[in-house]
Amino acid sequence: MKTAVALSFIALFAASPLCAAEVTLTLKNNAFSPAEAHAPANQPLTIIVKNLDATAAEFESKTLRVEKVVPPNGQVSMQVRALNPGRYRFMDDFHQDAIGELVVE
Amino acid sequence: MLGSLIIVFREVIEAGLIVGIVLAVTKGVPGRGFWVAGGVGAGVVGACIVAAFAGALSQSLSGVGQEIFNAGILTFAVAMLAWHNIWMAKHGREMASELRTVGVEVAEGRQSLTALALVVAIAVLREGSEVALFLYGVAASGGTSGAQMLLGGALGVLLGALLSALMFFGLVKIPPRHLFGVTTALITFLAAGMAAQAVVYLQQAGITPFLSATVWDTSAILPDDSILGRALHTLFGYVDQPSQLQLMVYATVLLGIFTLTRHCSRPAAVRHA
Repeated sequence: MKTAVALSFIALFAASPLCAAEVTLTLKNNAFSPAEAHAPANQPLTIIVKNLDATAAEFESKTLRVEKVVPPNGQVSMQVRALNPGRYRFMDDFHQDAIGELVVE
Repeated sequence: MLGSLIIVFREVIEAGLIVGIVLAVTKGVPGRGFWVAGGVGAGVVGACIVAAFAGALSQSLSGVGQEIFNAGILTFAVAMLAWHNIWMAKHGREMASELRTVGVEVAEGRQSLTALALVVAIAVLREGSEVALFLYGVAASGGTSGAQMLLGGALGVLLGALLSALMFFGLVKIPPRHLFGVTTALITFLAAGMAAQAVVYLQQAGITPFLSATVWDTSAILPDDSILGRALHTLFGYVDQPSQLQLMVYATVLLGIFTLTRHCSRPAAVRHA
């Protein structure tokens, strides 16, 4: 039931292309590139994370309010709310040396 | 090693606290060991399956499979917890105060045990799949640090289990007269926190893109990724930067279960007053 409701919601929003900005991050050798990404303020954002490593990662950011497993050699995308200008830290929860920042301006 | 210890420890206390509460809630119910152990076992098996198919799960449902899966099982757990509370409010007092044949008591206790075993399974499934993915990555990367990190992981499991056990023994120290009230409240908060967490996944999937502004930011005082913050997050749903929708859903579920539990326990309370 829940899934059915959710699916109809997806259909609804997938049909209306949100003019969201996009940020692509790449993970290689457990490091983000770019380690400092830029995005425009006050508009919804899509974050795409590509994992070029052979091990799984978990893209996580408290301030961006996202948390998603990125499969080995895979990619995921996430929706982020319209952000205020500022610096937002993100990291790979499975390899905590891998950190980066999103600069919103 | 310390890094992997902390990562595994964190995930284990989240699932462990829930197992501790369920054990305290079902104190004295015959056969609960079997159900709780079954829940943990099913959760571990499920976690390995989820970890193995993490890639496929991410790509399914046009890329938001992971979010739908997480939000779905969380919502299911919330329903099970609510049902347990309401069921206990209806029958708990009767069971405790009226003389009944042992057979009936066992059967009725089990009804609610099934729901709680499912909640245990879901908690272990969620946290366990992350641990499995993480440890698999450690094992796969090999090297000299591999063994160290696996040792850290094992210590993390032990410490997490220990903390959960302390929580359990703390709970069962509460006099039986009050234990019912405390666990009912704990389960209500647990459910509200899970519902709010489900909202995070729905917002991340872009399914509920409204009411996403941050209500407050207490990350400087008590970050929710610290150990204390993490425990408070599991028990009460504490979040250092909640969105408006998260807060609304939290309050609604909290009030909803509280009201229903009160409503359902009223006839029994009046009778024994």
